[in-house]
Parts: sequence; structure tokens; C-alpha cells
Amino acid sequence: MDARLTETATLDPWQGFAPGDWTTRVDVRDFIQKNYTPYAGDESFLAGPTPRTRGIWDTLTPLLKTERENGILDASTDRPASITSHEPGYIDRAAEIIVGLQTDAPLKRAIMPNGGLRMVENGLNAFGFHLDPTVKEIWTKYRKDHNSGVFDVYSPDILAARKAGVVTGLPDAYGRGRIIGDYRRVALYGVDFLRRQKQREMHELDGAVFDEATIRLREELAEQWRALGELGEMAASYGCDVSRPATTAREAIQWTYFAYLAAVKEQNGAAMSLGRVSTFLDIYIERDLEAGRITEDQAQEMIDDFVIKLRLVRFLRTPEYDALFSGDPTWVTECIGGVGEDGRPLVTKSSFRFLHTLSNLGPAPEPNLTVLWSVKLPEAFKRYAAKVSIESCALQYENDDLMRPHWGDDYGIACCVSAMRIGKQMQFFGARANLAKALLYAINGGVDEISGETVAEGFSPIAGDVLDYAQVVEKFEAMMGWLAATYVKALNCIHYMHDKYAYERIEMALHDRDILRTMACGIAGLSIAADSLSAIKHAKVSVIRNAQGLATDFKIDGDYPAYGNNDDRADDLAIWVASTFMEKIKAQPHFYRDSMPTQSILTITSNVVYGKKTGNTPDGRRGGTPFAPGANPMNGRDVKGFVAAGASVAKLPYDCALDGISWTASATPDALGRTMADRQANLAACLDAFAEAGGFHVNVNVLNRDTLLDAMEHPEKYPQLTIRVSGYAVNFIKLSREQQMDVISRTFHERI
Amino acid sequence: MEPIAPSPAPDPGAEVGFLHSVETGAAVDGPGMRFVYFMNGCMFRCLYCHNPDTWKLGGGRRVSMAEALAEIAPYARFLKRAGGVTVSGGEPMVQAPFVGELLRRIKARFGLHTALDTQGYLHANVADDWFDPVDLVLLDIKQFDPAKHRALTGKDVAPSLGCARRLARLGKPMWLRYVLVPGWSDDAADVAALADFLRDEVGPTLERVEILPLHHLGAFKWKELGLPYALDGTPPPSPERIQATRDIFAARGILAI
Repeated sequence: MDARLTETATLDPWQGFAPGDWTTRVDVRDFIQKNYTPYAGDESFLAGPTPRTRGIWDTLTPLLKTERENGILDASTDRPASITSHEPGYIDRAAEIIVGLQTDAPLKRAIMPNGGLRMVENGLNAFGFHLDPTVKEIWTKYRKDHNSGVFDVYSPDILAARKAGVVTGLPDAYGRGRIIGDYRRVALYGVDFLRRQKQREMHELDGAVFDEATIRLREELAEQWRALGELGEMAASYGCDVSRPATTAREAIQWTYFAYLAAVKEQNGAAMSLGRVSTFLDIYIERDLEAGRITEDQAQEMIDDFVIKLRLVRFLRTPEYDALFSGDPTWVTECIGGVGEDGRPLVTKSSFRFLHTLSNLGPAPEPNLTVLWSVKLPEAFKRYAAKVSIESCALQYENDDLMRPHWGDDYGIACCVSAMRIGKQMQFFGARANLAKALLYAINGGVDEISGETVAEGFSPIAGDVLDYAQVVEKFEAMMGWLAATYVKALNCIHYMHDKYAYERIEMALHDRDILRTMACGIAGLSIAADSLSAIKHAKVSVIRNAQGLATDFKIDGDYPAYGNNDDRADDLAIWVASTFMEKIKAQPHFYRDSMPTQSILTITSNVVYGKKTGNTPDGRRGGTPFAPGANPMNGRDVKGFVAAGASVAKLPYDCALDGISWTASATPDALGRTMADRQANLAACLDAFAEAGGFHVNVNVLNRDTLLDAMEHPEKYPQLTIRVSGYAVNFIKLSREQQMDVISRTFHERI
Repeated sequence: MEPIAPSPAPDPGAEVGFLHSVETGAAVDGPGMRFVYFMNGCMFRCLYCHNPDTWKLGGGRRVSMAEALAEIAPYARFLKRAGGVTVSGGEPMVQAPFVGELLRRIKARFGLHTALDTQGYLHANVADDWFDPVDLVLLDIKQFDPAKHRALTGKDVAPSLGCARRLARLGKPMWLRYVLVPGWSDDAADVAALADFLRDEVGPTLERVEILPLHHLGAFKWKELGLPYALDGTPPPSPERIQATRDIFAARGILAI
């Protein structure tokens, strides 16, 4: 508290900053480019945790333990959450440097019935809490939610596809998320400036044709303006005046956090990502360091305190959600590094400070720290990131050299792999379609191999006993067409209703008015589809039918090349599958709000659920077995080591998967070298090679399988053991046993 | 008429090799990231062998020189910067003509750093210039005591020691690899004798000694092959014993990691 009171609001907030376009209009990128200090040195300047930081973390440790044991710690069941719904909350009021919690107490989860009352009820009941009857009455009698809206308009084919699991994980029963507000704007400009901007944007439309699109936009702008006002109120309740710009580093962090906090107070989005704040905040930190207002210890302490807050973000979720996205992820994704369009690396000392929180506070899955990798990053930073990866397994890497030409140098990653220009772009998150199952539908004429019910109408099955490659390809293509049509219809319904009933007011208030929207489709089961086609093409696959005449199993004679060994015979099939499905998506007649269709090859942890819902496949996989996550080769089939596996994944063209291509690679420490210095150099070399080959994303885990087996037996010994799964990091002991077994069964690259 | 005797299998020589597998991302078989060829065939029967499936002479995948080179081609650019290639096994010198030619062509075509992972037993079969395309030899000496070496591997140690002397004479950079097995190769006196030998008879061409603690990651392969795994139940060496072993080398001015 004291630290905050000593600051004076009379400082000129922009004193010492180089002016530019950013001074007259909202342009955070311009501010960064004109004012940041690149840093090419190493990590030797970093400061350890202060006693205060340790004290705060120690206060939280028992709470986190109770939460782990009970599933959730507490819930605020009596009121729907909003930006201003709760009194201020603290961990240790006197000691906190950065303040603000989602509710009035740490880890107490809010309810957000606009997304769906049913999910709120199920989420509460699952953990022994009960919904306040008044809230229930309001959202039953007087107010409709997103979930109800979607199910009012779904068609029978969508419902059938959803039930069968050929499309799964749709955000029709939870918040879509994957929208990143430009939270930095609040620090740089203050809320008053931003509200005036929103008013101006609204009045520019006073003379427009008042069609549906314009009226909707005007209502949204009004809501955005109102939400910014509420953000000011919420901050004031913590004693902070965010109507004006931040004047110090601490204020800049605090203001940015308040903006983010407002978003997570009001929206339970699947992924509530932070964006790209470290280099922005570094400008303020540098200014204060130079003026002698703070020391390095204090700079790190502020970042540590900020990151503690980000580690506490929680949402109430249902058991069904947890089965899909296991371990309570929130995807507070923060992007670090990258290179500017002018060729200067965007690495600053604060890039190091953010990564350093993983050692000051110990490993943790959140915030989802994402290094934007470029071969042009400073070597010292590459090695430091590699070191942090090896020690924490908490980092993911995404190819900045691949993204920059598409999205510039001020994009962030929403969720796991979805790049978007910050404040200028959002996406309509679309989960994913199950291509392994679609291949079975192609063979069985649209009849589900598990239920025996017809899901895709109007298709004939393959009659022969030995699968003919050309015939399977033809039928698979047709089935992908059906799937794309059904899938895009569902997404149009979902996002129409989400805008209508659960609009992200504050996040969109921190965007420009006119933005790019993408319709982010996705696929699961890529490696199974590719390997199945490879088996059919290069070996002999016979069909085994059940009494009903359905193909329920397959017999493979001979060997086939599997995707993941840098063998074009198989890898080209994976490319064909991914690009063909994208073509089928693009061919659809309508995308809500003129959104641009894209797709991701990412499953998150839903690869387990997809596997459960999919029968035996022609590649030899047994029914019910988990899929490989994301774009990974099938577990155990990438036998030539991780450089070959990475080379296969890197062949998948980004142009056909602009929403990202996820690869998760695990290596044992010994496989990376005998000394830490060797391991750092080798990992950095591999990341360079993967980036140069055009690889998009990699989760790096460096650990021994034995550690995971031991953690399953003795979770109490591993409270902070963190691993990367597909697209996020997770506290290993919070995964379900099924998910843990899946992780353990994956390929660990080890030279034995 | 006399039955025609089956013609003897043609000596595959330099154009055909027997490859067990390749590994594209190894970091512990020489400096940096390595592409590793695991060649088939070995005359040792080390009790701890983690690749008993490579023992069989003439087993594995039959590859032409062109096929073997095609395996590495996609990674050449990466390896040039990040590490190099290592030929291991099995025992690569079992296929000395093929391996020598493979290394020579890799050197000529890709200019990569090359390493040979061998126990040196067969070195007498090749001429000095066979080692020309080898930048680094990873020499595996399993035990210094002849009787214990024979018990552990089934063969004599003398040829391996001869190989070490010869490589020193050729000025060939060398890393010595020593698998530390409790009860079999961790006797301090044996280690000290080896360290004395290295100091006195090998000298500065030896760049480092790598102590490889016993592990059982390959035990499942013994079971798959229906072979009894004699070291079942032998624990890995303690960190203290590993350090003590390093110290023995360090005391003689030899870097051991």
C-alpha cells in the first residue's frame, strides 16, 4: 500500500517519451516502436524474489492446496459477475504492489450466466455449491442466455454431428474467448481518452445507412463506452484513478492489469489471453530505472506481483468442459520476444523479467508464456529461454518469422496458437471437426461406427473388402464437404448468439471500431487420417464388418510410412488432408459478420475425448485410444527422433492453417545434452532449425517419464510440476488420470 | 550331376550396408545435435547393452550407399550449424568398408562434422587412412581389467586399448566413453588403471571422458528377444560414485563429465 501512496499524479504521464502518431490517436504499436530499448545481453542482471514476494506466494500456497483437493476453493453464487459486481479483494492488502481480484477473495470463482445458466448450475453442483434462486429466476424468466439461443436455432444435422462427436468442443455451452483486448491502451491513454474515442467512432456513423450491421455496431459502441466507465469505477474502488494515463511503471502495470481484470470479471471465455505487454511495460520500467525512481529489485518485484495475479485467474467450469480442456486452464497467454518489422528484436529486459517469474515463483502453467521465436532473436535470449524451458517445461514457442508477414509485429496469441493483431482483430472460435471420424463416415456412408445411427445423410458406404485408395479419397473428400457445411452452420449460429447474449463489452472497447474477424475452424485427428490413407495406399487394408454391415475394424497387411518421420509419402497425405478440409471450409456460402475463414490444427487436451468417441481406424489405432494432440505424429510412430518429427510437422503449410499448427514435443534432459550449457545450445539450435523449416509452434517438455509416473503416485511431492500439453501448460497433478496416462504414452524422444 | 553349390553371399563391401535405424535428434553422441546411423552387427555381448537388437551380423535394413546418404540429406543444413553426424551401432567397424565410404561421402558432399562411436575391437582390419574422414572418435572402453572386460563383454580388451594408442598416434581427437556399472566396472583401482593408461599412452588427443551411468532403458529389448538380462536388479550408480569416478580422471588432468 505504501509503495502506491508515494507516487504523485502530478507527473506528466508522457514525459520523456518520443512523440509520434500515438500521441494524437490510439496507436500502441507506434508508441512501442518509438520508445522501447532493445536488449541483447544475458540474464545476469535479473533479481531474485524479495521477502515480500515470497510472503505473498506463501500466503497463497495453502489456498492453492485446498483448491486442488476440493476442485474449487469458493464460489460467489449470489450474484452474476460484472466489472463492478464485487467489492475489492486482496491477498495481503498491506503487502500487495499490484492489486485486484476477480471477486472479493482470492480463488473465489464468479458466475457468469450470460454464457449459459445451465453451465453455471452444473459447475456449481459439481463442486457442492448451489445457485442463488433469484439468479436462477432471472435467467429463467426474464433473461435469455447464449446457450439457449444457440439451441433454439441448431438444425438436426448439427445436433446429430455434435452428439456423435464428429464435431466436438463447440463454444455453444461456454464462453468463446479468444479475444484479446489491447489492455495496454488503458495505461498509455487512460480511460477518459478511450471513452472520447468511442464516442467519436459512434458519431462518425450518425449519417450511415442504419441497416442491421450499423445498428448492431452502434449498440456495441455504446456498451463499450459504458464498460470503460465501469472499469474506471472498479479501479476507483481500489483507490486508483485510471481516468488518466499511468505515470509510473507501477501504475502502467496496474492500469494494464485493471483492464485485463475487468475482462476476466465479466467474461468466462475459454481463453482469456493477455496479449503482448512485456515490452510495452518495459518502456515505463526503463524510464523509472533511469530516473532512479526504482531499482532492479523493485522492477522484478512488480512483475512478480503482476504474474501472481495472473496465476490466480479462475473460472467456474463444468465437468464436461474439464474433460475437454483438462487441468483448469485459462490461457492467460502473454507473448514475449519476436522481431519488429524494422528488423530490431523486440526483446527487452522485461522479456527476461517475465520468464524469470518461473524461477522466482516456481513453475506454473499460467500465464501461458509464449516466446515468439525468430532466428534473428539475440543469442543470449535464445539460450535463456531454452534454459527456462528445460527447468520449467512451461514455455511454448511460435514462429515469429512466419507470422510477422501476416500479422505485423504487434500481434498477440489468443489461447494457444491463434495470432491476431492486438486491438485490430478478433476471432470467432470454432473448436474443431474430427477428421478421423469423418474418414470412417466416408467408409460407412455417413453411419456412425459406434452408435450405428446415420449422421450424414445421403452417402453410400464402400462395399469392397479391401480398401481402394482412389475410392476412399473420393468418398473422404465428399464427406469433408458435408462436415464443413454442417460445421460452419453451427459456428454461424454460435457467434450470432454470443454477440447477442454474451457480448465482450470491455474486451471490444479495447479494440478499434473496424476490425478483422476470423472464423477459426479447426481439425482433430490429422495424423490418424494421414496414416490411415498411407496404410490404404502403401499396405493392404481389409475391412472387418459387424453384423449390421458396418466397417468396425481393419486388418493391415504390410508396412506403411507413417506421418512424423520426414517421409514425403506420408507427410504429403497430411498436407492433403489439411489443405483439402480448408478448401471445403472456404467453399461455404456464408461466414457470420463477413469473417475470414481459417483453421487450426490444434486439439488442446480434447484429443482424449475425440479418441474415446472414435472407433477403430484403418491406421491400426484401436477404438477409444486417444488421438495424437494437434498436428503431432501418432504416439510412438515418429521413430526417427524429434528433428525428423519436427520436419514433418513443419511441412504443413501455414497458409492452410492460419489459426495455427500445434506440435508438442517431449525429450528427456539426457537426450538434449550432458551439461546445461549443451542442452541450452542444442535446444536453441533445434528451435532455430524448426523455425527455418517453417514450423509454426512447439511446446517443449524436457523431462523423464519416470518423473511423471512418480507424480501420479505421489502428487503431494509435485505441487508445481508443470508440463506442456497441446497449446497450454498444465499443473500435471491436476490432469485427470486418463489425461495423465495419455501424456505418459506419448513419444519421449530419448536416445537409449 | 553334382548339385550346384549355393554361391556364397557376395561381400556387400562398400556399396551395401545393414542399418538398424537412424535417429535425427541425438544430443549425446558427440558435440551438438547429431544425426546417428545405428549400424547392425556387433561381436561384443555387453551385459548392459541397450541395443541387443543390433547385434546380429547382416541383420537390420539392407541399404545402398545412395539410400544411406538420402537419409541424412534433408538434415544437412541443420546439422552443419547445430552439430553433425555420428555412426554408431552395433559396432560400425563390423561394416568398415561401407562405413568408411559413407563417412567419406558425407564429408565430401555435406562437409559435416563426423564422429565414429566404436569399441575399437576391429581397428586392425582397416588402414590408417580409413580414419581420415572421421573428425572425432567416441571410443568405448568397457573395463580396463582384462578378465573383468571379458566377463562383461565376452571379448578381450587388448584390441580396444590398441585402438586408443593408434588413434593417439594418428592425432585423432577422441572422447572416451565409460559405462559405470556397480559391481562390474566401478572398482576404483580399475578406473585408476584406465586413467593412468589414458594419461600415459594416449595423452592430449583425448579431449574428454564421459561417464555413462548404467540405466535399464534397453532391458525390455532383451525380454523381447527372449534373452536373459543379467543386470536385472543392478541399481544405477549413486551420484557420489559417479563423482568419485570423475575425480579419478580429474586427478590425472583428464576432463571427465
